[in-house]
Amino acid sequence: MSNIAAKNPPLLSVKNLTLAYGSRVIQENINFDVKRGSIFALMGGSGCGKSTLLKSMIGLLQPKKGDYQVNGESYWAASQNRRIDIAHKFGVLFQSAALWSSMTVGENVALPLQMFTHLSDSMIHRLVELKLGLVGMEYAIDLYPSELSGGMRKRCGLARALALDPEVLFFDEPSAGLDPITSKRLDDLILNLRDGLGATIIIVSHELPSLFSIADDGLFMGSENKTPIAYGSPSYLRDHPPNEFVDDFMHRQRSDYKKQKG
Amino acid sequence: MTIKSEVTPLQSSPSWKLDCNNGRNILTLSGIWLAKNNNIPTIPDGCFRHAYDNQSLYFDTSSLKQWDSSLIVFLWSIKLQAAQSNIPFDQDSLPEAACKLLSLLSEKPAPVAKRAPYHFQPLVRVGDWFIQSLSDLGKAWMVFIETLKGITSIVAGKSYMRIVDLIQYIRDAGPSALIIISIVNFLVGSILGFVGAVQLRRFAADAYVANLVGIATVREMAVVMTAIVMSGRTGGAYAARIATMQGNEEIDSLKVMGIPISQYLILPSMLSLVFTMPFLYLYGCFMGILGGLTVSIIMLNVTVIGFLQQTFGAVEFNQFIFGGVKSIAFAIFIGISSCHIGLKAGRSAADVGVAATRAVVAGIVGVIALDAIFAVIADIIGI
Ligand SMILES: Nc1ncnc2c1ncn2[C@@H]1O[C@H](COP(=O)(O)OP(=O)(O)OP(=O)(O)O)[C@@H](O)[C@H]1O
Ligand SMILES: [Mg+2]
Repeated sequence: MSNIAAKNPPLLSVKNLTLAYGSRVIQENINFDVKRGSIFALMGGSGCGKSTLLKSMIGLLQPKKGDYQVNGESYWAASQNRRIDIAHKFGVLFQSAALWSSMTVGENVALPLQMFTHLSDSMIHRLVELKLGLVGMEYAIDLYPSELSGGMRKRCGLARALALDPEVLFFDEPSAGLDPITSKRLDDLILNLRDGLGATIIIVSHELPSLFSIADDGLFMGSENKTPIAYGSPSYLRDHPPNEFVDDFMHRQRSDYKKQKG
Repeated sequence: MTIKSEVTPLQSSPSWKLDCNNGRNILTLSGIWLAKNNNIPTIPDGCFRHAYDNQSLYFDTSSLKQWDSSLIVFLWSIKLQAAQSNIPFDQDSLPEAACKLLSLLSEKPAPVAKRAPYHFQPLVRVGDWFIQSLSDLGKAWMVFIETLKGITSIVAGKSYMRIVDLIQYIRDAGPSALIIISIVNFLVGSILGFVGAVQLRRFAADAYVANLVGIATVREMAVVMTAIVMSGRTGGAYAARIATMQGNEEIDSLKVMGIPISQYLILPSMLSLVFTMPFLYLYGCFMGILGGLTVSIIMLNVTVIGFLQQTFGAVEFNQFIFGGVKSIAFAIFIGISSCHIGLKAGRSAADVGVAATRAVVAGIVGVIALDAIFAVIADIIGI
């Protein structure tokens, strides 16, 4: 539980990153810093590479070029074991929740605690109840993921991401598929988690209203020129769009669909 | 009135104290509250018995040092108990971060959703299993009929089956299976030859090893072994693939669009086996006889020409027809049963494994059972 100091070095810093699958380049020249305790939004049209960038930030996809630093330490230059240690600071909510289907929800949340801590069983049980309680799912502790709805799975996935009290939380489209009320609740939850746990949050989302209200900073990626086209908080980009595409996107106009296809 | 946690030797250990004096309820928290130290206290039931009713519970956190989620766990149980005893919970006197987290947590313990308890009722289970098996058999039969209808629509030229799928499946089922079919049949043929050689040599009937190997291979072993290999290799793969599609809602989207599953998925799977199995069977016969021949030449005093002449004399052409018919029947059975098992699988990753296992077991048992039925029929019609 760190205090949020006003002036501090960036927690995550991405320098000149190029992402590619094999020889197919997805995004080039990505540069940004994420301040400790901030909520950082990754924005852009569908298929522009938001999930891909997230993958490389959580250690699933080695970037083709560039540097990615966590707390001033180069992540991809570190040894395999060191990378695993660093990744223990991360909590990830995948686009599809990705709960392990052969375990109950409670076991899903307990597994990281059993694997990576030496807590007593009763303490683990109390922590599992707490994490599920935070997302409002404590009644589902004994249910299997297949018995839950999509939105409930998302919330349980979030509880699992919180299991180890992560310093950085990565969310891939957390509110996709949720009703407006649950989605609003999730926004509040994210804000409260940031303030309560002191966590730094990287979020991929298309939910503009929620981005405007929660994100402090962000980055907008272009699909056509394969490089970020704007940096700044979503509400800043809405009010000061650097170009027509961002303007359309932020105001949900039809022409952005045309452009994405074209 | 004061209640507190057990006295702890270290000053830094997490501890709490509830003071209910002068009309105020004050809970003092002190020490380091970290889950990893494994020393988080619990709060006894009914600790608010002596607290002043309808007076807020205040917190004194001036000597609270480091803390993490474990403090929230503790505070949550306090919040639940305070709500039960009708004591307002003044969370504003807590550190701001803790206050934000606590506001997310409910005041009432939510009833935990429980699954139906398991009762041991053997008769019910056996009965259920029996009815389930019968209805499965019926459903598999329906799938078969549907699939046959698919063949008529191919003939009519308006099928949903994609030829590229069929070609892909045939390639997976046929040529790629050749190596394992060769090894299995060659070894089974050699074993037959070996057993035959050891036994028949005693009666100086060496030459009849060829009859034994030829007839056993062509009538039974080649077709049964090939079918067993195919049910493990291809049947298991079909079941796993369809079960995965089930989990990804791919089957649902086929249904919604009105694309008949029997034609789009099952028909090419079944046809690929029907087209490849007779050829694999013939190839299996060849490899089996080759195995028998190799062993005979090594162990007995026979020539290649002599062995082959004896074999052709012993194995009539209708034996091949009998084997071929069986191979087609086995192919249909494996195709239909594995697809059917895949379709009724559940939606989790574990269910995919279960479906693949079931398909292989059903395939092997079914092939052997069908073979027994064929043996009876052959006896009746005198082949
Ligand atoms: N495993 C992969 N192999 C090759 N290319 C991939 C792979 N995964 C994604 N891509 C490609 O990378 C690009 C970016 O995909 P990504 O999933 O990052 O998009 P996204 O911005 O998250 O989109 P969405 O908003 O729809 O989730 C896409 O063009 C996609 O085709
Ligand atoms: Mg994505």
